[in-house]
Amino acid sequence: MKPTFGIVTFPGSNCDYDAYYAVKKVLDYEAQFIWHKEKSFNGVDAIILPGGFSYGDYLRTGAIAKFSPIMEHVVNFAEKGGIILGICNGFQILLESGLLPGTMQVNESLKFVCKDIYLKVENRDTPFTNKIENDTIKIPIKHGEGNYYADVKTVTELEKNGQIVFRYASKNGKVSNQYNPNGSISNIAGIMNTRKNVMGLMPHPENACDPVLRKTDGQLIFKSIAQSLFN
Amino acid sequence: MIEPEVTLELAKEHGLTEEEYGWICERLGRTPTFTELGVFSVMWSEHCSYKNSIALLKTLPREGGKLLVGAGEENAGLVDIGDGLAIAFKIESHNHPSAVEPYQGAATGVGGILRDIFTMGARPIAALNSLRFGTLDDKRTRYLFEGVVKGIGDYGNSFGVPTVAGEVYFDECYKGNPLVNAMAIGLVKHNQTASATAKGEGNPVFIVGSATGRDGIHGATFASEEISEASEAKRPSVQVGDPFTEKLLLEATLEIIKNDWIIGIQDMGAAGISCSTSEMSDKGESGMKIDLDKVPLREVDMSAYEIMLSESQERMLVVAKKGCEEDIIKTFDKWDLHCEIIGYVTDKKILEVHHNGEKKVEVNPFELVLGGGAPVYNRETRKPKYIDEKHSFDFLKLPQTENINEAFKKVFSSPNIASKRWVYEQYDSMVRTNTIVGPGSDAAVIYIKETNKAIAAKTDCNGRYVYLNPKEGAKIAVAESARNIVCSGGKPLAITNCLNFGNPYKPEIYWTFKEAIEGMGEACRFFNTPVTGGNVSFYNESPDAAVYPTPVIGMVGLIEDLKHITTANFKNIGDLIYVFGEDKEELGGSEFLKVVHNKVEGNAPHIDLQIEQNLHNTILSLINDGLIESAHDISEGGILSALAECCILDDEKPIGAEVNIPIKTREDFTLFSESQSRIIVSVKAKNKKLFEESASKLFTPFIQIGETKKENLTINDKYIFELDVLLELYYKSIPLKMNEY
Repeated sequence: MKPTFGIVTFPGSNCDYDAYYAVKKVLDYEAQFIWHKEKSFNGVDAIILPGGFSYGDYLRTGAIAKFSPIMEHVVNFAEKGGIILGICNGFQILLESGLLPGTMQVNESLKFVCKDIYLKVENRDTPFTNKIENDTIKIPIKHGEGNYYADVKTVTELEKNGQIVFRYASKNGKVSNQYNPNGSISNIAGIMNTRKNVMGLMPHPENACDPVLRKTDGQLIFKSIAQSLFN
Repeated sequence: MIEPEVTLELAKEHGLTEEEYGWICERLGRTPTFTELGVFSVMWSEHCSYKNSIALLKTLPREGGKLLVGAGEENAGLVDIGDGLAIAFKIESHNHPSAVEPYQGAATGVGGILRDIFTMGARPIAALNSLRFGTLDDKRTRYLFEGVVKGIGDYGNSFGVPTVAGEVYFDECYKGNPLVNAMAIGLVKHNQTASATAKGEGNPVFIVGSATGRDGIHGATFASEEISEASEAKRPSVQVGDPFTEKLLLEATLEIIKNDWIIGIQDMGAAGISCSTSEMSDKGESGMKIDLDKVPLREVDMSAYEIMLSESQERMLVVAKKGCEEDIIKTFDKWDLHCEIIGYVTDKKILEVHHNGEKKVEVNPFELVLGGGAPVYNRETRKPKYIDEKHSFDFLKLPQTENINEAFKKVFSSPNIASKRWVYEQYDSMVRTNTIVGPGSDAAVIYIKETNKAIAAKTDCNGRYVYLNPKEGAKIAVAESARNIVCSGGKPLAITNCLNFGNPYKPEIYWTFKEAIEGMGEACRFFNTPVTGGNVSFYNESPDAAVYPTPVIGMVGLIEDLKHITTANFKNIGDLIYVFGEDKEELGGSEFLKVVHNKVEGNAPHIDLQIEQNLHNTILSLINDGLIESAHDISEGGILSALAECCILDDEKPIGAEVNIPIKTREDFTLFSESQSRIIVSVKAKNKKLFEESASKLFTPFIQIGETKKENLTINDKYIFELDVLLELYYKSIPLKMNEY
């Protein structure tokens, strides 16, 4: 059975089509766009909040998107245990909406950064990582505000509960400052909630799916979601 | 507001000459109103009218090849790529705004060129840029560089177009007047293109997108004069960009075009409503009746003059099909954008503009536009004295380079050669998931989804060569961009150009312009790569000096089969390294001469277009046969820099090489020569025989110079460079100069 991904389009989302292309055209799952003004969505197995600059992100990333009509339903979906993947701006929106803890700051370099990086997979027992076998995966980041921050208590909690899913690392999985592209505390690149159904990450798996582009590690995240939905 | 009386003095303040003002009065049969004077002054400015360049531009090849829409016919040219698809692309300058307000200047440059593309109905799929600044030891230059890069990045990143290639050069001549040229490429189905025309009496005219404010008034006029100390005061002439609105405008615009609800559409760039209303009317051989009271404003009490001249960004003028008004309004409503009917098309060739119940403008649009009543000048030319002086430079008197190692390190870490990663990592080069080869290689390669094709794109120009020899330098710019496309596995299709020059009223400057156009035309005809359009930017002068004449070429090529995609870096240890083409020990205008001897002397390298084309055919043929692992052209810095790049362009997997380069007369001459029409390739050892047999049948001489190794770049058993040293020199040079290490 094919899972159906619902991809929310906010005004200013610009990776919505990339996510659609990755799951529908590359991986051959079902996918549909959900316009941010819509009041409901049906027949969707998992939600993707895509990358981009919702509402221009002139105020603070994700700060306005959380007031979009659709977000109330996204929050309900999460509360019912629905799978939600927030990518980049989607991660920022999940933080602003309180579905995930912590906050996002401007990159330490004060610059936007776009490049391929390696992620150490810290937790494989999640709906987002169950198909990943290697220690690291290579997918790109592209953001100006990806410097994740949470207080020590929260980070300790995240750590303890296995909520830290990805950390920025070397190719061999070494986690250190040298491999931290944005200043994120504890090299955090992706986290999930305690219930394990909501994950946000700064890197863009949808940009590393199509074999034509010569990088495919991103597929594993979507395949993991598909696996978890039907097992 | 009480309008000032229109006089010759006032006209001169608007940048019009006495003669031009006379023509305006004559054609109107009366003194223009204040608003009309404003409209004429921007429409007849250099920026909109091309009055000092159009006569020469018309000598460029503007048809042939796979061109569907040629230069000047629409907002951008259109080239067929098969499968019912076409590519729209164009390059444009935003030099003057960027010189006084780098962030917004560059950002709105990107915004403007993107609108030129999607107003054709094409979705932007790639952005490129060509930048020139003073040297990085200067604090203001670093400020401009940083601001321009951030402006380009923020706009393109938010809009959602991948910025995939370009070039950055540093030279003192650009210190007071940096060059910021932005290029965009869009993809459209043949039957979904839009035109910038107004036809059909009674069809409604909409203004859509952002509200109109006082920003950018006289931007076009500002771009048509030299930069001076007073320029800083013109910062308000610089527009302010809003990429978020542009993204919404893109989606809404493509929707109304796709649904066939419109007659025509044009973006509002330079000269705002004045330009779009007059150009669209003239193209459709009709007129318009416009009511400015209907234009959504973001400031109160704007006069007709201000509304007509505002260059507020992210706006479009749309002529709708009667009966489709509701559909269009609904679409823009969905995207939360302004959408107002401000008038309608008439069958009289008159542009009539009303405000507060008064008629403010009544002009035949033909009189305003390029190709119509706008003036056309052929300016005086005089060969500058410096040219012969430079050409007579005696290279034999140049002291022998004692330490090749040190000289190479200087050249390879020169910001003109070194990696521009500091720049392009600030650009999202991957959004839309089409980027097969991103920035840092010879040309970018963009996948065309649902086909087995890709396009290759690159911008090129070596201003020093053009300065030393405008005609040959311009030919080289075309040849090198084509060579870059070829090294990526693509066949050159067409070019767009951005001609950055000084004041055209100076005969010496105009001579370089004329020569450069001649050279460019010759090369484009030879390669059958017609000019799809572009932009002329004159008056690139600051109180210090004029910039080098810099005719930037933006070229697009087609890769017919994805397996032909080739990149510059060495792929495997033990591959054989060959060089195609011949060295003539040419150092004129070279990076070596500049960096090691602090001189810009000699003549530009010689270019033979037939030899260049043979080289392209040879390389493409070998790529098609699957015999080449990597291909990289030899350009600035010469063969040594090119080889070093082949070793480390993939910094995760650097590969060494051991080569023997035959020295002609002098080691330093050979190793740093910038002779044209040369390409380095690597070949699998097992393919040696097949490769050499195939290559021998083609028309370009080649030699094997060595093979790839695990470690070190070793030259002639004498000079040994560790890969780590090369990586350090190449990738840290610019960050170090920006004080980031």
